[in-house]
Amino acid sequence: MLLLGGSAGSFKLLFRLVKLLPHDFNKTVIIIIHRKKNFFSEIEKLFAENSRMLLREISDKDPIESNAIYIAPANYHTLLEKKGYFSLDVSEAIWYSKPSIDVTFESAADVFGKSCTAILFSGANQDGAEGLLKLRQSGALTIAQHPEDAEMAEMPNAAISINGAGYILRTTEIFELLQNGT
Amino acid sequence: MKEVLDKDSNLTTPQLTELIDLVKKIHGFDFGDYTKASLKRRLARIMMLKKLSFYDLKHILVNDQAFFQEFLEEITVNVTEMFRDPSFYKALNAQVIPYLSTYQYTKIWCAGCSSGEEVYSLAILLKEEGLGKKSFIYGTDINTEVLKEARKGIYSLRKIKSYAENYLFTGLPGSITDHFTIMYDAAAIHSELKQNTLFSVHNLISDTIFNEFQMISCRNVFIYFETELQERILDLFYKSLCPLGYLCLGNKETIRSDNFRKKFKVINQKENIYQKIGS
Repeated sequence: MLLLGGSAGSFKLLFRLVKLLPHDFNKTVIIIIHRKKNFFSEIEKLFAENSRMLLREISDKDPIESNAIYIAPANYHTLLEKKGYFSLDVSEAIWYSKPSIDVTFESAADVFGKSCTAILFSGANQDGAEGLLKLRQSGALTIAQHPEDAEMAEMPNAAISINGAGYILRTTEIFELLQNGT
Repeated sequence: MKEVLDKDSNLTTPQLTELIDLVKKIHGFDFGDYTKASLKRRLARIMMLKKLSFYDLKHILVNDQAFFQEFLEEITVNVTEMFRDPSFYKALNAQVIPYLSTYQYTKIWCAGCSSGEEVYSLAILLKEEGLGKKSFIYGTDINTEVLKEARKGIYSLRKIKSYAENYLFTGLPGSITDHFTIMYDAAAIHSELKQNTLFSVHNLISDTIFNEFQMISCRNVFIYFETELQERILDLFYKSLCPLGYLCLGNKETIRSDNFRKKFKVINQKENIYQKIGS
């Protein structure tokens, strides 16, 4: 399972990543990007049109399938259930964010632990840091985008400062890693 | 605000099961078919807010009756908005209201209404469409405390400001403040909108049918339930609806049960609006 979290300044990068993943990537990819609730963002559409893998926005109780890309919907938190499906939650925003990267990362740590790879990209707040740490503690491979490469360094920096990132990689390194399969 | 969960407030799955059993035995509330990841998070949150260990929590749940109300409030998510998902209200206006207006009197059940925002959103929509005088909305929740808030119909100005944007997107005329009386930093819903509403306690898991409705709205409640429980509640809704009555689920909630997919026709796929078919 591959988890990708990003906020301000990470959209283009995630878009490029989605484009790059081969149709037989054979992993579950979950993308959590912060965005505003009512702007029915064309993100899913844009991403789906450019993805070689099956890509969809998560609905409640959707089964977690491998070889598919899932986008966390706006105005909900996305959680993962042991029984193998997603569940959504409308509880309080965290770091003013819903979806919160922390919530999904922590949930993935709890349910899937060391079988996860998680990457935290550019962002202007500290969401995702705690979650990345939880993932790391549960044996997952955790990566923060190198702050110098991030348009907004606060998010990867927050994760690095609490030791949440097992690796700090340059953007080019992240792309190489995913191209070769994690 | 960041919630930092320390190690003590992390729950293991057996501990979660133990708490569910305890609450069922002592307080009669069954959380067994709630989705586990979300429930676990809520419990961890209570433990963090109250600075309780797992054993403290067990102890207080057994011995402090008054604590349970607070527990219930925290464990059930009461985050709601007026006109949440404006596109839903647009769809309702276009596809459901015309049918409701053919009835002499329309009864609507808003299940899991929390602090009343959705009930009043519906009341505003009905009023704007000329159905204000011939409709009645029942708001129910398992939580008595939030129902007190709902009955008051008073919201902070800060909240109303955030709802104003939603309102704008619904395409309804004027602005949301047209329906409120503003006093200092609070806004009270107009009494004429309150007249045709009734709030009462109802537990979807253990209570039964209490009326017949032309429309049931139960939005962002199913997300907390496992599919088996959803199916039981769909049965309750089906029996509570008049023939051709409407069921509205949340933006990301769909009818998963094959059985009920046959009994409800999809009216709007994106907004999850359904119509009862068959009998």
